[in-house]
Amino acid sequence: MTRALDIAFPLALAALVLGAWEWAIHHWQVPHYVLPAPSAIAQALCANFASLMASLGSTLWVTLQAFAAATLLGVATAIGFTQSRLLERTLYPYAVILQVTPVVAIAPLILIWVGFDHINLALVIVATIVAFFPILAGATLGLKSADFNLLDLARLHGASRLQVLWRIRLPTALPYLLSGMKTAGGLALIGAVVAEFVAGSGTATGLAWRIVESGNRLEIATLFAALALLALAGVVIFAALSLLEWALLRRWHESAISE
Amino acid sequence: MTLLSLFGVGKQFSNGTQALRDLSFCVNQGAFVSLLGPSGCGKSTALRLTAGLLAPDTGTVDFPSSRPETGFVFQEPTLMPWADALTNVRLPLDLKSVRRDEANARAAVVLARVGLGGFERALPRELSGGMKMRVSLARALVAQPQLLLLDEPFAALDEITRAQLGDDLLRLWQEDGLTILFVTHSVSESAYLSQRVLVLSQRPGTITADIALPGARDARLSPATIEAQRTISTALNGAIAA
Repeated sequence: MTRALDIAFPLALAALVLGAWEWAIHHWQVPHYVLPAPSAIAQALCANFASLMASLGSTLWVTLQAFAAATLLGVATAIGFTQSRLLERTLYPYAVILQVTPVVAIAPLILIWVGFDHINLALVIVATIVAFFPILAGATLGLKSADFNLLDLARLHGASRLQVLWRIRLPTALPYLLSGMKTAGGLALIGAVVAEFVAGSGTATGLAWRIVESGNRLEIATLFAALALLALAGVVIFAALSLLEWALLRRWHESAISE
Repeated sequence: MTLLSLFGVGKQFSNGTQALRDLSFCVNQGAFVSLLGPSGCGKSTALRLTAGLLAPDTGTVDFPSSRPETGFVFQEPTLMPWADALTNVRLPLDLKSVRRDEANARAAVVLARVGLGGFERALPRELSGGMKMRVSLARALVAQPQLLLLDEPFAALDEITRAQLGDDLLRLWQEDGLTILFVTHSVSESAYLSQRVLVLSQRPGTITADIALPGARDARLSPATIEAQRTISTALNGAIAA
């Protein structure tokens, strides 16, 4: 019952807002190049469906690659940090610098260095940088959160570093890592969009490029359609990662156990 | 035969706390020895030194024969929350790369011995505090240790559960011929369970009384047990006053 209401109330709000929006556009005769009505956006979506889907696919592909790369790199770096204090001391400040430097500012450099003939690689690198840090932070915290007594017990029984990592540290880190991954999933999409914006015309074919292009042509309805698809993609990514988290943690972790 | 001996052991922590000073005692094979003292007197430190988890600053921890296979039970159950009871018990065997089917069989046998037959697939969060402690005890026993070290294992349990677990521990000690070093701050527990009680002074801990309790104390409130409690209490009060 409450589950149904969780879905019903937001849907009702959406219907209300869209209805009011539609009415307001017609009532005040708002020009379509300023703000198109929801019906016009839906029409634009249908009219450009094939090309918008291709753009969505392109953006999602960059996002997926960046997310996978950020996860692998983040976990690998975090494992390195827990194995070597020296490595952590040396590298951590640079990880922070990478995180706090606005990626829009370094994206043009990356595009130049990688080259416009490898545009997909350049986009993936930019998006990876954006998504990397939450994974690193989550995995590092998680790997360090292993129960000290459990680590002592492993030592007592002569466990190797690899055994400790595999049997104790990684399972302990899983909830923290998944939380980082949920943040990183959304960031990978944002990173892909930012990279496409910077890459600009003639190179990128993703949704962000469609937004720029539609804006330039004053096809605001198409712009909104692309925007809606981006938002939808973000929601789907978040939902998929939440599902993964639930599947992996539901049996044992407090955060995923329902009453 | 002496299984382990500590001689002149001292330990200071990096924050400057002197936990132990000139601690010396021997434990014979097959003995059930309690290490009793006030909170913060270094009992746990002594146990960790014995287990080899800490190195002493001064003195020696010596095993006249080779270092025995050792089981350790912490004050908390210290289980892996993601793993079922069987997998938790199996951990020492897994770390020794014992074959999976053999490890499972051995873990199941030990679980049954601590009264948890049928709970192999239960996760820690599905078990009560006493049951979790039993899993922890089973894990300490699965590798067939000669020496069992227990660090106030029943301190967080209710009285009834504590009494049951104490009796089970006595049974396992007798059946397996274990040597047990049992850290506790409970006079009644040490009087009922052990053959010998070492009383530690306040920090820095050192042994102030070595009380042998010969003969069986077949019940918690038998005259012999009460008499043992009185002896231990007197020694403990002396240790605290000193």
